[in-house]
Amino acid sequence: MDDQHRIEPAPDGGIRFFLPPAERELLLQLRAELLSLLESAPDDPSLERLFPPAYDDRKRDSEYQRLMRDDLETGLRETFDVMEATAGREQLSVPEAEAWLRALTDLRLVLGTRLEVREGTFAEGFDLNDPRAPELAVYGYLSWLQEMLVGAVSEASGL
Amino acid sequence: MSTTLAPAEVEVEQPQQEESREIDRPWIVIVWNDPINLMSYVTFVFQKLFGYSREKATELMLQVHNEGKAVVSTGTREKAEYDVARLHAHGLWATMRQD
Repeated sequence: MDDQHRIEPAPDGGIRFFLPPAERELLLQLRAELLSLLESAPDDPSLERLFPPAYDDRKRDSEYQRLMRDDLETGLRETFDVMEATAGREQLSVPEAEAWLRALTDLRLVLGTRLEVREGTFAEGFDLNDPRAPELAVYGYLSWLQEMLVGAVSEASGL
Repeated sequence: MSTTLAPAEVEVEQPQQEESREIDRPWIVIVWNDPINLMSYVTFVFQKLFGYSREKATELMLQVHNEGKAVVSTGTREKAEYDVARLHAHGLWATMRQD
C-alpha cells in the first residue's frame, strides 16, 4: 500500500490509519521510553517542553505548576494509553486520532529537545555520518506521520 | 480601627477601585514560536481549541512563525489559565500575562 492511502479520512467516518509492523514497533518503543523517562527522571531537561511555564512571575508559575502539572501528566498518559490500545488497528475515530496527534507531539518535543532541533535543521537534509543520524531519521519519520495525520484529521473534522 | 461606619467606607473606597481596575485589565495568552511543532499542527490546534476559521488560525500561526509570537486569546485570568493549560496539553509553548 502506498503512503498516500494508509492515512486518510475513511469513507464511513473516522481515519484510516495503517501502520506496518516495523513502524508500530518503533512507535510503541518510543512511547515506552518516554514513559520510563518520566518515571525515572521527571526533571530530565529533555522533558521540559512537556511542562512549560505559564507565567514569567516565578511565584505565580509555581502555583500554576502545583495546580496543573498532575492534570497535564494525566492527560499525557491518557493519550499514550490510546496510542498503545489502537496501534494495531487500521481505523481510528477522530478523538483517537487527536490523541495520536498529541502523543506524536510529545514524542517529537522530547526527541527534538534532545537533538537540539532548530528551524532549518532539515532544510538541507542531514549528514548520515552524524552520530545523531538514526535519531534524526526517527524524528523525521514522526514529523511525516504527524503531518499526514493532521491533514486527515482536519479533513475528517471539516476544519 | 474605627468602629464608625462612615470613615471606614471612605478609607476602603480607593483601594477597591484600584483592585477592580487590576481585575478588569484583561489577561492575554501568547503562543511562542518553537522549532519543533509543525505549522499544520499549530493551525489545527488553534482551530480546534478556539473555534477559529482556517483563515484566522493560519494567520495566527504565521504570525507566531514570522514574528516569534502571537496573542491567541484574551479574557479573565481564569479563562487565560484554562486556555494556557489546553495549549500546554497540546504541546504548544504558551504563556499568559496581564495586558
